[in-house]
Amino acid sequence: MYRYDSYDQSIVDARVDEFRDQVQRRLAGHLTEDQFKPLRLMNGLYLQLHAYMLRVAIPYGTLSSRQMRKLGEIARKYDRGYGHFTTRTNIQYNWIKLADAPDILAELATVEMHAIQTSGNCIRNISSDQYAGVAADEVADPRPWAELLRQWSTFHPEFTYLPRKFKICVIASEDDRAAMRLHDIGLKLVKRGDAIGAEVYAGGGMGRTPMVGPQIRDFVPEDEIVSYLEACLRVYNRYGRRDNKFKARIKILVHELGVEEYKRQVEEEFAHMKTLGLNPPREELDRIRPFFAGPAYEHGLPDAIDRGDPAFALWVDRQVAAHRQPGYAIVNISLKPTGGIPGDASADQIDLIADLAEQYSLDELRVTHAQNLVLPHVRKADLHAIWRKLDEAGLAEANLDLITDIIACPGLDYCSLANARSIPLAQKLSERFASPERQKDLGELKLKISGCINACGHHHAGHIGILGVDRKGVENFQLLLGGSGAEDASLGQITGPGFSEDGVVDAIEKVTDIYLAQREQGERFLDTYRRIGMKPFKEAIYG
Amino acid sequence: MKILTGNDLGTGDVIWWAGDGWSRQVGDSVDVGERGDELARAEEAALRVVGAYVIDATVTDEGVRPAHIKDRIRALGPTVRPDLTLKPHDADAGNWVI
Amino acid sequence: MVEFLSFREGEATQEPTVTVESFTGQSNSTAVRIEAGEDARELLPYLDRLALVEVNFPAFGDGRGYSAARILREAGYVGELRAVGDVLVDQIVAMRRCGFDSFHPDKALDDDAVERALNRYADVYQKSVDGRRPVWAKRHPETVNG
Repeated sequence: MYRYDSYDQSIVDARVDEFRDQVQRRLAGHLTEDQFKPLRLMNGLYLQLHAYMLRVAIPYGTLSSRQMRKLGEIARKYDRGYGHFTTRTNIQYNWIKLADAPDILAELATVEMHAIQTSGNCIRNISSDQYAGVAADEVADPRPWAELLRQWSTFHPEFTYLPRKFKICVIASEDDRAAMRLHDIGLKLVKRGDAIGAEVYAGGGMGRTPMVGPQIRDFVPEDEIVSYLEACLRVYNRYGRRDNKFKARIKILVHELGVEEYKRQVEEEFAHMKTLGLNPPREELDRIRPFFAGPAYEHGLPDAIDRGDPAFALWVDRQVAAHRQPGYAIVNISLKPTGGIPGDASADQIDLIADLAEQYSLDELRVTHAQNLVLPHVRKADLHAIWRKLDEAGLAEANLDLITDIIACPGLDYCSLANARSIPLAQKLSERFASPERQKDLGELKLKISGCINACGHHHAGHIGILGVDRKGVENFQLLLGGSGAEDASLGQITGPGFSEDGVVDAIEKVTDIYLAQREQGERFLDTYRRIGMKPFKEAIYG
Repeated sequence: MKILTGNDLGTGDVIWWAGDGWSRQVGDSVDVGERGDELARAEEAALRVVGAYVIDATVTDEGVRPAHIKDRIRALGPTVRPDLTLKPHDADAGNWVI
Repeated sequence: MVEFLSFREGEATQEPTVTVESFTGQSNSTAVRIEAGEDARELLPYLDRLALVEVNFPAFGDGRGYSAARILREAGYVGELRAVGDVLVDQIVAMRRCGFDSFHPDKALDDDAVERALNRYADVYQKSVDGRRPVWAKRHPETVNG
């Protein structure tokens, strides 16, 4: 994975110094909260329900054991012993003191980490595919590009005060494991003859007005990606709405201008940008690429897995994915134990996973947008030992992409923007559907919960989605069906009137019963829904 | 009644206006009447609070009860982590929130 | 505290600015003021008769002025490019990178804070209009763009 050179390190160190200065000015009263807020947000620091919350960047979801250990250390030293992995593959700490924040950033900088631009109206963490570099279906590893763009977007002088946040995703396969179509800009690396470049999508997003991003360019050569993105961002910076916070994302601009007009404006700006020497030379991508080259895999390793232990076999079937290198496998670690808090990990668990990454995964691990973790380079021979350790630590739930692999935002238990609590609902659902046989029977079923319309739980993209609302001061939950964040992207449709917390659990049970009754050979829940439509589900739920 | 709440600027702790200063216990809240906004601005300017706002509350047998569940969660702590609340050993504390 | 900051040689332009609409409609003024929602490209045919372009930031979170500035410099404008309005010391560096060379904010700036801000970042990641070599150019000095 990428290692900073002295330039990268000096930039991160300077940022720590700048933020320390800003905090000091705030605490001395030289900056009002209105002046300070955008500055602290650009360092990932929110004022939340219980304390300040710090969102630390995990660039394109990749980190080393050393970095993971530091995250555990910060949880212990500055927080309350745990962290929360988010749908943008970052980590959040909920109990931070403002006065400590500069020291935390300084400690993160010692392991090449930061909280730069994880909030604010600027370009956010660039996300990618959690199987990057190890997936059989990728055109190339997208992460060198993600790193190039991370640097390009860091403190970009023109795009620091955009109308609203801006999220970019880079993938390199037909399968979309990173919800690329639901980003402000999505890039899909493709090969055209000998050339590598990207298909570009713009204007995807969730929130109040969810949209699947339309394609705005069929191909941008890799050497021109930076100048093309500058054009996209400049048009947005100039013409994105600033009169209404809820209409300020680029998806609204693309929708209001129409795709063709947005494309035209971008092409015009791109023609101009091409003349300005903005693109790093090919040598820069060539410099970055080797950091992501396959690690020193062993050869001639045994390919068989001893499935004697039934519990282990169950876990292998669910959590272990195929690796492009013979003798190796990809391990998915569930952060969704039955009745647990989705995406949370204690400092002890974080340390254990760091150890496992170092010992068994060539010192690398990944975070997924479904709030789980991945050990990307595991020898098949080591799987059983890993499973035993995960099991001891409550990390061996075998539920990847099953109904209890719930994506949930922190909700009203933590977040000042929320209308309802999402976590207790996730817990009730995971308990109701806990039976492994039942889950297996239901198969792939992506359930996503958001505590408010900001949709951090990606409920629009859930096969089953739940939105928490405030109905006259009482928590209420709307149910949506048929969303997808994969390459077959679609937005969930609301079933009808909302439910109480217990009511929505019952409603979901009815929904899954209809699926089981109506499904045809090989259909997932999503497929059955798409075939039979909302009506049978609605009738079952509302009678 | 109307009470005033916010967060401590330096620590981020949830705090409640207790008349002569800020308290971490919602039970110490006093009625601020119509003066809430004025108080909020003054205390913010004095760097003793950030993000202060006025809310409705009632007095019950169990003390001051914020009208909205969000502020009750702020008063106590996350309902899903009783161990991290202000009353980690009180089994009924969660019921008060809901 | 400093109320006016300039990075240009010599005197700053004192001439009062006219609006873009006025300017493009007549020929005498050499100083124009761009509001946040206006199109800097309307000035491109007249750059050689401009001594000063003022760009207003009605709220520091309104980042349109950064694009306006960069567009003007990209087009070859070499006159004074002044940021006015809600400008804090925290924006100075990015504004300089976008081509601003003078500042007249609503609130005076703290000299020490300005000095610290200007000296803080030895390196930048992007090529812009300020002539600074981005990190990728320093890493690859032998290449065309480097």
